[in-house]
Amino acid sequence: MHVPDGFFDVPVSVGAGVFAAAGVAVCLRGARRELDDRTAPMAGLVAAFVFAAQMLNFPVAAGTSGHLLGGALAAILVGPYTAVLCVAVVLLVQGFFFADGGLTALGVNITLMAIVTSVVGWAVFRLVTRTGPRRRGTLVAASFLAALVSVPAAALVFTVLFWLGGTAPIDLGAVAAAMGGVHVLIGLGEGLITALTVSSVLAVRPDLVYGARGTAGPLVLRTAEGEVEVGGRPAEKPSAGIGLRPVLAGGAIVAVLLAGVVSFYASSAPDGLEKVASDKGLSAQEKPHAAEDAPLAGYSVRGLSDQRLSGGLAGVAGVALTVAAGGGVFYAVRRRRRPTGGVSPAGALAK
Amino acid sequence: MSAGHHHPIYRPADTPVHRLPPQCKLVAVVAFAVCVVATPRERFWAFAVHALLLAAVAVVARVPAGAIARRMVIEVPFVLFALAIPVIGTGERVQVLGVSLSLPGLWAAWNILAKATLGVVASILLAATTEPRMTLLGAERLRLPRLLVQIATFMLRYLDVILDQMRRMRVARESRGFVARDLRQAPVLAKSAGALFIRAYERGERVHLAMLSRGYTGEMPTIRDISASGRDWGTAAILPCLAAATALLAWSTT
Repeated sequence: MHVPDGFFDVPVSVGAGVFAAAGVAVCLRGARRELDDRTAPMAGLVAAFVFAAQMLNFPVAAGTSGHLLGGALAAILVGPYTAVLCVAVVLLVQGFFFADGGLTALGVNITLMAIVTSVVGWAVFRLVTRTGPRRRGTLVAASFLAALVSVPAAALVFTVLFWLGGTAPIDLGAVAAAMGGVHVLIGLGEGLITALTVSSVLAVRPDLVYGARGTAGPLVLRTAEGEVEVGGRPAEKPSAGIGLRPVLAGGAIVAVLLAGVVSFYASSAPDGLEKVASDKGLSAQEKPHAAEDAPLAGYSVRGLSDQRLSGGLAGVAGVALTVAAGGGVFYAVRRRRRPTGGVSPAGALAK
Repeated sequence: MSAGHHHPIYRPADTPVHRLPPQCKLVAVVAFAVCVVATPRERFWAFAVHALLLAAVAVVARVPAGAIARRMVIEVPFVLFALAIPVIGTGERVQVLGVSLSLPGLWAAWNILAKATLGVVASILLAATTEPRMTLLGAERLRLPRLLVQIATFMLRYLDVILDQMRRMRVARESRGFVARDLRQAPVLAKSAGALFIRAYERGERVHLAMLSRGYTGEMPTIRDISASGRDWGTAAILPCLAAATALLAWSTT
C-alpha cells in the first residue's frame, strides 16, 4: 500500500527523501557493475515485469486477495542494486503517471518498498544460501525466507517512521502490533509466491537467476567410455553479493542521519523505560551514574546551550565512538583469524 | 504516434496547461504538493483555496471533473484507513451519532484525507495534461540521473507489451479451465510470473542487441529540444506561488 501525502510530517518526508535519493544514487553505480551498458533496457524491462507482477492478484482466503510487493523477488532474480532501481522506478511511475502514492511521500515509499525490501531480502537470501548446501532446494527455501522477512522488515521501518513523524494519534504499540501481525501474514504469501516463482525460473533458465550464480554444476558428457567432466566447475564470482564497502558506507550514513538529524525532532519526553521507572518510583533509588559528568552524559554535549543542536551532536559523536569501538573489535578479530594466510589484513584492504 | 502509445490518463488537447514545458509542470506540481502538506490542518479555508486553485487549473486545461473523479478511485484504500483512525485513535473522545470517536483522530483523518486528495488531484492533472514521454524528457532536463530516466523510459515503452503478454497468459490459463479460488492455485500463478519474468528478461536482451546494432552507446540521443523560457517558468509558478501564499497566510493567522 502506498503512503499518500499528509501521512507523515515534513521533516520525516524530507529525511526519507534524502535517504531514498542517496540509496538510489548508490544503486545507480552498483547496477552499472551488475549490468554494464545493458542497464537501461534490462532494468526497464524488469521494472515493467515488477509492475505487471504487482497486478497479479493472488486469492488468499474468503474472497480477499493479495498481490506481490516484489522487492525480494527482484533482488534474487536480477541482483540487489538493479532491484532497488527497478522498484524505485515503478514507484516513481506510479506516483507521477498513475497518481498512486503522494509526491511528497515518494521518499518514504521508495525507502520502504524499494530499499528496505530489496536489501533485507537480499541479505537474508545470501545468509541462507551461504550457510546451506549448494542445491536448488536451498535457493528456493532462501527465497521463501528472504521474502517472508522483507515484508515485516518494511512494516517495522514504517512503524519507526510513524513514531518519528506520523500525523495520526494512534498508540504506537497498536500500530506496531497491527503492522507486524498483518505483514507477517502478507509476508507468508509473498514468501510462498516468491519461492514458487524463483523455483519455476530456476527450472527453465537457471542462468538468469542472479542469486543462483556460481551454484551451477559442471557440464558432464555421458559417453560410451563413461562420464567426462568438461570445463570444470564454474568459479563463483567473488563479487556476487553486495561488497562490504557500500554496506558499511550506507550503514554509517543511516546511523549518522538517525543520530544527528532525527534526534532533532525526537520527542523530549522520557522514553518508555525512563517513564516506567519514574512512575514506579524507581528513580528515587537511582544512583548517579559514574559517567554523569562525562562530556556526553545524558546525550547532550556539555557547554552547548542549544538543546537540540547539542543532542544532535551528541548523537553523531556517539555513533562515531560506537563505530570506532566496533571497528576496533572487528579489526582485532579479523587479524587473529588469519595471521598466516599469506594475505595480511592490510594487503586485503589495499586490494 | 499510434494511439496505443498514449496512456489512458493522458487527455490530448491544446490548452495553455498542455503547452507548458514538462519540466515547469513537474516543478510546479511538486512545489504545490509541498505547500499543501505544510499547511496547518486547523485552517479549513486554506484547503478550500488549494482546491479552488486546482479547479482553476482543471478548467484552463479542460479536464472534466468526471475524468478526475474516476482516477481518484486509486485513493480508496487510504480513505478506508483514514476513516478508521478516529475509531481506534487515542486521546479525548467525543460522541458523534452515538459513536465514541477520538478528537485528535478526527483531526488526523481530516488532515490525511484533505492533503492526500489534493495531492492525488494535482498528480492526475499533471498526468492528464502531459504525455508520459514528455514528462520523462522534462525530468531529464531537471537533472534527474540519465540512467534512471532511461530505465523509466524503457519501462513505460514496454509496459503495454508486458501487460499484454500477461493478459494472453491469463486467457490461456482460463481457456484451460483455470479458476483461482484459494492459495492452492498459487503455484500456477507463480509459474506464470516466472514465465513472464523469463519473457521480459529475454525481450530486454533482444532490445539491447537491437539497439546496439543501431549504434547505442549507453546514452540516448536528444532529438527534441524542450527548453523553457522565463515566461513559461513564470506561468507555471502561478500555482505553487498562490499555494505558498495561502500556506503562509494560514500559518500567520494561527
